[in-house]
This record gives sequence, C-alpha cells and structure tokens, in this order.
Amino acid sequence: MKSSVGQFRFWAIGLASVWLTLFVFFPNLLVILTSFLTRDPQATVSLPINADSYVRTLDLLYLQVLWDSLRMSLLAMVFCLVVGYPFAMAIVSLPKRWQPVILFLVILPFWTNSLVRTYAIQFILGNQGIINKALLGLGLIDKPLQLLYTQFAVILGLCYILLPFMVLPLYSALEKLDVRLHHAAKDLGAGPLSRFWHITVPLTSPGIVAGCLMVLLPAMGMFYISDLLGGAKNLLLGNVIKTQFLHTRDWPFGSAFSVILIVLLGFMLWLYFRAARFVNKQGGLNGSDF
Amino acid sequence: MAPIFRWGFLGLILTLIYIPILVLVVNSFNASKYGIKWGGFTFKWYEKFWNNDGLMTAALNSLTVSIVAASVATVIGTLAAVALHRYQFKGKALLSSMVFVSMLTPEIVMAISLLIVFMALGIKLGFISLVIGHITFCLPFVIVAVYSRLKGFDMKMLEAARDLGASESSIFWKIILPLALPAVAAGWLLSFTLSLDDVIVSAFVTGPGYEILPLKVYSMVRVGVSPEVNAISTILLVVSLVLVVISQLLLREDK
Repeated sequence: MKSSVGQFRFWAIGLASVWLTLFVFFPNLLVILTSFLTRDPQATVSLPINADSYVRTLDLLYLQVLWDSLRMSLLAMVFCLVVGYPFAMAIVSLPKRWQPVILFLVILPFWTNSLVRTYAIQFILGNQGIINKALLGLGLIDKPLQLLYTQFAVILGLCYILLPFMVLPLYSALEKLDVRLHHAAKDLGAGPLSRFWHITVPLTSPGIVAGCLMVLLPAMGMFYISDLLGGAKNLLLGNVIKTQFLHTRDWPFGSAFSVILIVLLGFMLWLYFRAARFVNKQGGLNGSDF
Repeated sequence: MAPIFRWGFLGLILTLIYIPILVLVVNSFNASKYGIKWGGFTFKWYEKFWNNDGLMTAALNSLTVSIVAASVATVIGTLAAVALHRYQFKGKALLSSMVFVSMLTPEIVMAISLLIVFMALGIKLGFISLVIGHITFCLPFVIVAVYSRLKGFDMKMLEAARDLGASESSIFWKIILPLALPAVAAGWLLSFTLSLDDVIVSAFVTGPGYEILPLKVYSMVRVGVSPEVNAISTILLVVSLVLVVISQLLLREDK
C-alpha cells in the first residue's frame, strides 16, 4: 500500500512538472538565450554571444514600428477600459441571478475562433461592407469611407477580440467591493464622483491592472488582426516577430522583440502585486485570491 | 445608473459583440458570391467546402490534433490539479507559478519559445509539434477548472477513506474522479475548442506537410473573398459555441 501511495503521488506531481518545465520554463529561457546569439544561415543560430539584436531594435525603422504597435495596443487597452469599466459596474448592479448570464454572454465569444471573428469585422468595415452601404444608402456620404486597412480598424479589431479579458477581472474586483464603504462615505458627505474616484477606483486597482495586462500583452502579438484589418502598413509587434522567425529567419532579432514583451509582462505583474498589496493593506478586500 | 440606462448599455455592447458573428453566419447561406446583396438562400458554400479535398483533409487534421491534445491535456491537468490540491511537496510553489505564467504568457511568445525548443530537441515540425504545442496552452485551463472544483470538496471524506485503508489511486478513481468528473469533462471541451481555434501557436509550430483548418482559413482570407470561408467559419463558430455551452452547464455549481 505504501508504494501505491508513492506511485500515484509521483505521477500526479511528476507529469505536469516535467511537461511545464520542458515546454514552458525551459523554452522561455531559450528565447532569452537566443536573443543574445548570432544569426547563422546554416544552423539558424550560433555563438558569439552578443547584444547586437538589441542594438538593432533601436534602429529608427524598428523604433517606429515598435512605437506604432505599442500605441495601437495602448489605445485598444484604454478603449477596453473605458467601455469595460462601466460595463462591469452595470453587471455588478444587476440582480444576482442575472449576473452570471450577462457575464457568460460576454465571455462566450472568447471561446470561439478569433480569426473568424476578425474576418467578420473585415467584412463589415470593407468598402462594400454594411457600414458603408448603410451610409451610402442614407445619402450621408458620396463615396465609401476608407475604414478598412487603417489604424482605427486594427484598434477596433483588438478591442472587439479582447474586451472579455478586461471585463472579467474588473467584474471580480467590483464584486468584492464592500458597499458599506460607499454608505459611510455618503454619510460623511462625499458626492458620487468623489466616492467613485476615492473608493471604487483605488479598491479595484488590482482588477484594473489585471485587465490592462490581459488586453495589452495579447494585443501586441495578434498578428492576424493587423494583417486582416490594417493591411501592410499598420504592423503590430507580432507581425515583426513572425516575419523574423518565419520569413527572414533572423531568430536572435525576433527573440529580442519577444524579450521586450516578456519584460513588459514582468513589469505589469509587479504593478499588479503592488496594487493587490495596497488594497489588502487598506482592508477593503478580504484577501485577494485572484 | 438608472436601470433603463444600465440595461440599455449592456444590451448595446452585447449587440455590438454579436452582430459580426450574426452577419457571418447569415452570409454563409447567401447565394450572392461577394455578399453585397442577398441573393437567396443556399447551401452551396457548404457543399463546396465538403467537396474540397484540401480543406477536408485540413479539417480532419484539425480534429485529430484537437482530440489528441485535449485528451492528453485533460489527463495531465487533472492529475496536476489533484496534486496541487492534496499534496505538499517540494517545488509546489514553482509548479503553481509555472501554471500561472503559462496562462499569462502572450501566445506569440509561447509560440516562438516552442519553436525554439523543438529545434533544440530535434522534434520535427508537423503533427507531433502541433500536439505538444496545443497541450501546453490547454494545460493551465484544465488545471484551473478541475482545481476550483476540488476546492469545494469536503476533505474529511478523503481522510475517512484513507483511514479505512483505501490506497491513493483508489481514492482517486473511486472518490475524486467521480466527483470532479463534470469539471474534467468541461476541461476537455474547453481544451478541444481552444485547440481547434488556435492560430498563433499553430502558425509557428506546424510543418509544411501538415495543414490544419484555421491556418488554411487564414491563408484564404488573406488573398481575398472566398465564400466557402463563411461556411467553414460558421461551422467552427457553431462547434465552439455548442461545446462551451455544454461545458458551462457542466461547471455549474449545483449538482
């Protein structure tokens, strides 16, 4: 019997540990290592270790791409926050039995094919799409508006695909909010705006950071959204990484761009834990289990 | 917010979320090729898809990859959730932080890290590399689904079973698994849909000889209008929607 205890335990712990070490931990280290190697036409990458790839990301051309990508992703993130926050607040204020239903309707599209949904957006924004046809039909415009293949289209697509990732953490942060704090503040004479700004926002800051993290980082990598909606000019970081890996075959350079993403992830996680600690200290939440 | 504004706002956003999906589905039955006008109801794009050997092979490949990946991820993930829930062991914190990190890592970073590791280990790009990649991104979802179900258990029952002499594996098979089965099934369904719909990881780790449906669709929509894509898209959407609804029903707290 003793050995059966050991055996089951061994497999239960071992399988996942080995898998995650081999295909998550180890590969991430390899990306960092690769970014310091040199491109080699025969063997893909080879030694001398150097920081050339990082120096090259500072090239004006790539800085421009990086900035464009970051700006589009940031705008998508801000837009998701602006729509997602009131949305999550509206859900929280619903009767308890309706909350899971609405939440489910928001999350449902996340599980469907996002490429297909991006294609649907392309279909709607095109010169012959519904929007242009409607505007032409109403006589509001004489010729189709150029909606597709613009930065606007890319940002819209990113918001469309990533909104659930913003709503979910915001909802769970807002749900934990103690209403008594609001009553107390009201009794002490604080107006609705002041209550929102001084109570709701600080106490949901972990949710805000988590939502921003879950929108911003994927947004920078979703190459098919910029491909289908932005055309050849509006690139995301994901397009650059993809080109470096699959076409130009400059792996160290592509890895250097990915390391930028990893660093950004690290920074936002740090921000999140700081916000969570702050909220716990204020005593607004009973232990963050997020 | 007044209730009318609240419902209005919720309704507006939800409508905006579902309109594109609806447009796509409706157009897959539109006889007019460019979908500009309604040309009558037709199944011909579905027939075209059905009769296109290349697309059908890709669809079968996709199904194979998804079934294998979802099954392996479910086995490993369920065991891992049980381990994280029941046992104290060295490296437990490391294991749970790896689960956490693999959930948050942007897909593109996971994609290239897997590509690099496959090259380093000499794994040929194709079926095997796709399956490994898909298992890797499905795993945390299974672990989280099963783990949160286990958290709601009464642990005393397991201790009682152990005191009465049940072995760890029979506790697993006779008590834990039957109780956690809805979450395990939901984990499988969610993994299956994630795998079936994946583009980013697949684009990096597939080989030239092994085509899968989402990548086929990707290359088709990049070149231009082909109405079969509407039909394929509708099928993919409906499959995911049905599976997710089933999985959520399974995950519901009561019974």
